Formats: sequence, C-alpha cells, structure tokens
Amino acid sequence: MTDTAAESEAGDAVAEDAREGHAAVTGAGSGNPAPVPATGAPVIRTRGLTKRYRGGQLAVDGLDLTVAAGSVFGFLGPNGSGKTTTIRMLMGLIDPTSGTAEVLGRPMPAAARTVLPEVGALIEGPALYGFLNGRDNLLRYDRADPTADPRTRRARVDEALARVGLAAASAKKAKAYSLGMKQRLGLAAALLRPRRLLVLDEPTNGLDPQGMREIRSLVRELAAEGTTVFLSSHLLDEIEQVCTHAAVMARGRLIVQGPVADLAASARGRLAVTTPDPGDAARILKEHGLTGLSADGDRLTADAPPAAVDLADLNAALVGGGVRVRFFGVERGSLEDAFVALTGEGFDVAG
Amino acid sequence: MSQAEKSQAEKSQAERALSSDPRGSRNPLWTLGLLRSEITTLLRRHRTYALLGVLAAVPVLIGIAVRIETGGGGSGGAGGPDGGAGPAFLAQVTNNGVFLVFAALAATLPVFLPMAVGVVAGDAIAGEASSGTLRYLLVAPAGRTRLLLVKYASVLAFCLIATLVVAASALAVGALLFPVGEVTTISGTRIGIGEGLVRAGLTALVVAVSLTGFAALGLFVSTLTGSGIGAMAATVGLLITVQILDSIPQLSGVHPYLFAHYWMSFADVLREPVHWDDLVKNFQLQGLYVAVFGSAAWARFTAKDVTA
Ligand SMILES: Nc1ncnc2c1ncn2[C@@H]1O[C@H](COP(=O)(O)OP(=O)(O)O)[C@@H](O)[C@H]1O
Ligand SMILES: [Mg+2]
Repeated sequence: MTDTAAESEAGDAVAEDAREGHAAVTGAGSGNPAPVPATGAPVIRTRGLTKRYRGGQLAVDGLDLTVAAGSVFGFLGPNGSGKTTTIRMLMGLIDPTSGTAEVLGRPMPAAARTVLPEVGALIEGPALYGFLNGRDNLLRYDRADPTADPRTRRARVDEALARVGLAAASAKKAKAYSLGMKQRLGLAAALLRPRRLLVLDEPTNGLDPQGMREIRSLVRELAAEGTTVFLSSHLLDEIEQVCTHAAVMARGRLIVQGPVADLAASARGRLAVTTPDPGDAARILKEHGLTGLSADGDRLTADAPPAAVDLADLNAALVGGGVRVRFFGVERGSLEDAFVALTGEGFDVAG
Repeated sequence: MSQAEKSQAEKSQAERALSSDPRGSRNPLWTLGLLRSEITTLLRRHRTYALLGVLAAVPVLIGIAVRIETGGGGSGGAGGPDGGAGPAFLAQVTNNGVFLVFAALAATLPVFLPMAVGVVAGDAIAGEASSGTLRYLLVAPAGRTRLLLVKYASVLAFCLIATLVVAASALAVGALLFPVGEVTTISGTRIGIGEGLVRAGLTALVVAVSLTGFAALGLFVSTLTGSGIGAMAATVGLLITVQILDSIPQLSGVHPYLFAHYWMSFADVLREPVHWDDLVKNFQLQGLYVAVFGSAAWARFTAKDVTA
C-alpha cells in the first residue's frame, strides 16, 4: 500500500484537516479517507441499468449501483468499461435501454429539471466556448440553469473562479487556456452553486502530476464540506487515495462495490519475510502450511495465512529454526490485487 | 473539523437529502437570461460579423454599380415599374435612393440572406454538440424544450438583424449616392418620402418573416447531426435545391409548397393599396414550415441521445 506523502504536501489545510480527523477512525494511517457511515437515502441508485448504443454495442449491462450520501464514491474501470455511459444515463443525456436510475431520490431522466440544479458535473472533459473568456463561459452556463438566481450570479461566478484558482485568468479567452486550466474551468462550472452531488468523470485525465494533486485535494475539500462525490477513474491509485467507497466495472458489468478498505482487504494480502537465510525460512514456512511461496533475493513472500494462524507463532518458529529475521509482516492487498483477483485479468486490458 | 462537527455535518446533510423541497424557486423571467445569453453569444462570434459584413456589402456593390452604369447623370431610366423579372427596382434607384432598399432585399433574398440564416440555424444545436458544450447546457439544466425554443428565438433574431443590416446599408448608400424623394409605387401612384420609408421598413419585416420557415428547417437539420459544419452545409444545400426546383416550370405542381416560392411577394408591399394575397400565402406557408419542422425538431431533440 503506497503512502500519499506527496499528496499531503500539495494538499492544503482543509484537506489535511479532514484526513487527520479520519485517521482516528481507521487507525490505519494508510492515507485513505475513512468510510463515512452510510446514512439517509442513497444519492444514486440504479437497478438493472443497461445501455445498448445504436451501433449494437452493449456498453452497460444490468448495473445495480448504490451510492450513499456523504461518500466519495470511486467508479473504477479500464477504458471502455462503461463509466461515461453510466454517467450519461445518470445525467439524463441518454436514455437507458432498460433499467432505472434514481439521483437524489428522484427518477432520471424524468426529474432532470429538479435534480440537476443540485448536481455539478464534469463529463468526459471540459467543453468551453473558445471565443468567450473564462468568466463569460461560466456566466453562460449559469444562465442556462433556470433556477439559478441572477442577482447572485456574478458573485457566485467569481467565487467558483477563485475556488479553482482561475481568478487571475478569468478575462482570458478560453481557447488560450491550457488543458489544466480548461479542466479547472469545467470544475468551476460544476461548482457554480452549492451542490449535493458532484459527478466527475475522469477529472484528472490529461493533467500533469501537479494538476492531478490539485484536483484531488479540491475533491477532498468538497467532500469534507459534505458534498457527495461520484468520481470515475481508470487509475487505481487515484481511487485508493481519494475515495471512501468504490465500484469496479469491467466490460459494462459491475464486478464489486463497497468501502475501499474492504475491497482492498478482500484481496488476500502477502506475508513478507526479509532474511539472509531465505532457504531455511521457506522450508519452515512450508512446514507450517503456507502456500504461494516465492523468493526474490533475501525477500520471501507467501500467501497470507488464514486468520486462525497467529503470526507471532510463525515468527517464533522462524527464529527458533535459526532464521535471522530482518523483516516480518503481512502486506495488505491493494485495489489492483482485488481487481486482478476478481476479473482474472490485468487492469490495462480494455473491455 | 472535529468528530462532533463532522457528524453534525453528516446529520444536516442527511436531513437535506431527505427533504424533498426542490431548492431555489423558478422565476419565469429568469428563463430570459438564457435567451439574452444566446443572442449576446451569437453577436460575439466573428462568424456572425463576417456574415453580416457580406450582407452589408451587397447594397454598396449594387449602389456603386448603378451609379457607374448611369454615369452619375440625372435622368435615369423611366423603366416600367412592374417589379417582375430582371433585377427588380434597379431602374428606379437612380431617381430615388430609397429604391436601393427594395433592390438590395430583392438581390439578397434568393441566396445571400437565407444562406446566412442557414449557417446560423444549422449550427444552432449541432455546433453546440460538436463543441461538447451541449452536454453542459443540458446538465445545467437548460431543459431541452427551453433550449430549443431559445435557439429558435435567437435564429429569428438573426433573421431580423440580417434583414435590417441589408436595409440599413441600402438606405445609407442610397441616400449617399442618389437623390431621395417621393416614391413611385408599383401601381404608379406617388407616396411621400415618410410613407416610402415606412413601406421600406415594412418590406424588411416581411422579408425577415419570409425566412422563418427556412430557419425552422435549418434548426431541424441541426438536431439531426453532431457536426456543426455538416448541418450548415446540409441546410444551405437544401436552400439551393429548393431554389432550383422552384425555377423548373415542369414542377409547378409542387411550387406552392416550396418555402421560397412566395418570397418575392414582398414587392407587393410597394403597391397602392398593398396587395395582400401573395403576402398572406407566404405567411401561411412559413407558418406551415415552422409548425412542421418546429415539431420535428422538438420530437427529435427531446428524444435524442446526447453523447458528444
Ligand atoms: N456514442 C457511442 N456510440 C456507440 N458506442 C459507444 C458510444 N460511446 C461509447 N461507446 C462504447 O461503449 C463502451 C463503453 O464506453 P464508455 O462508457 O465511454 O467507457 P469508459 O468511460 O469507461 O471509458 C465502449 O465500448 C465504447 O466504444
Ligand atoms: Mg470515459
């Protein structure tokens, strides 16, 4: 499990605060935000949601998804696994072939007019009017919302620009923006009003590491304020770093969903021993019934033993057998291990 | 944030989630914000100015050509004011600059004016789709019917602006290059300059209304494709096809149903009294096109998968 030291450096005070608070709950210190208890009605709920495109491509197949209020929900899957298609259905941009979707407790796309003002969305990257400047782009999107109060419009636009760090560039034409700036402006459009749900489709796509860190810390900040965030990504470590809950998609089907910590734990961890006597260590571990042994220099790993086996006994056996143990412990599984275990295929294989 | 504050925030979050109050009341006037945004956005594109610039140049070219042709001399043609075939109203321009308004509208109505309208109408939805901004307007949520109405209203505004640009340019050039005075109607009677200008304004309005059917057709085409350029090309292609069909005598049976068929009836505004028959037929035909293609555009757009 990688730590997120680099993240922390970039993260600002608010994000830090939020995670500090969570650390007490998990006690894991893994850098994962704690799972927020699932209270209230689900913010997103789909039943048998299916989309077959005109061309015959079955993009989403019988999706049953539940996103609890207050969670940072990672929607994970390789390219082409149906993430964007699902988001388009949730936002009422396309009609499902079959099945139902509810957002904020109301059916989509039927209730789009009442639901969407409370939802901010970034779908498949930003889209802007290149001949308008940053501020005018936001003004136009805000005017498109018939429930947005025109009296507070300018103030809200300025606030959103400041929030994503674009205040200084707001008078520049959008076509002169860099990809990162466009992405931020898209995010600002999603933040024009206080939202109950933010839907972010691969928000760090195409950004440099610095831009990624900034977007992620903004997401944490928003989540800490109580906004439910639905974040799609094809980056496993992104989901592990940012999300409390996750669903894994492959070829249009939902493989698994649940708290990120549970998902990662469901992948069996590995017992790792570092020793100058790997041969003896391997023999002793084998005698104790451990499987999946593999040695790499002075590092020996094996499938984690079942919970009934006390690791202390195992360690004592090694030491008692004359093995000089430099390191001994179980390395927890990552989301990637979980994905490989669940699908039997590497994560980079497109559906 | 402390644990207590955190759980407090969660509670209020849950409460908000449970309350079914749709937040923010919907003021019907706020919907005009989108129309204003649409028109100002249209007027901030270089393309719009290029189109209007071409339209404004036509009367200038006509005015200069007529001026050179007649050698700047006083006595112009006493050509019969029949308003029929040939370059309409051109003969009268030398005697009265006001006639340049009618001449310029007659010259731009068959192709230039509708072509400009076709570009704007064809691009209305398809252009937003190809730039990806359509999905963000829809999740704002602009509302599909509302957005379509606003788009059509802005295309109509462009019809009026484009026609007025031609008329205003023609009036300015006409007043600059030619004498201005009493207007001889097609019926042969003479009306005062004030009345003549009113007729000119009325003519521009009639021309703008003549374009409404074609504008609806263009909007419909715009909902069919995700390519702005494709929709513009298809719309302008339809215009040219219809103009060709309208000029083939063997097809006279379908002529009354072609949107361009009664366009030239605007000349009847210049009769004394105004000759309404063909004007009314024109308005009815335009109304039919607006109803048919407006509904088609609505049916298509409200059911469309927006994936771009
Ligand atoms: N507009 C479309 N028409 C037809 N097929 C599509 C369309 N959009 C996406 N697809 C197909 O649907 C599948 C899922 O795509 P998508 O939802 O974009 O995946 P993801 O966002 O997870 O990368 C892919 O096989 C893709 O080729
Ligand atoms: Mg995608």
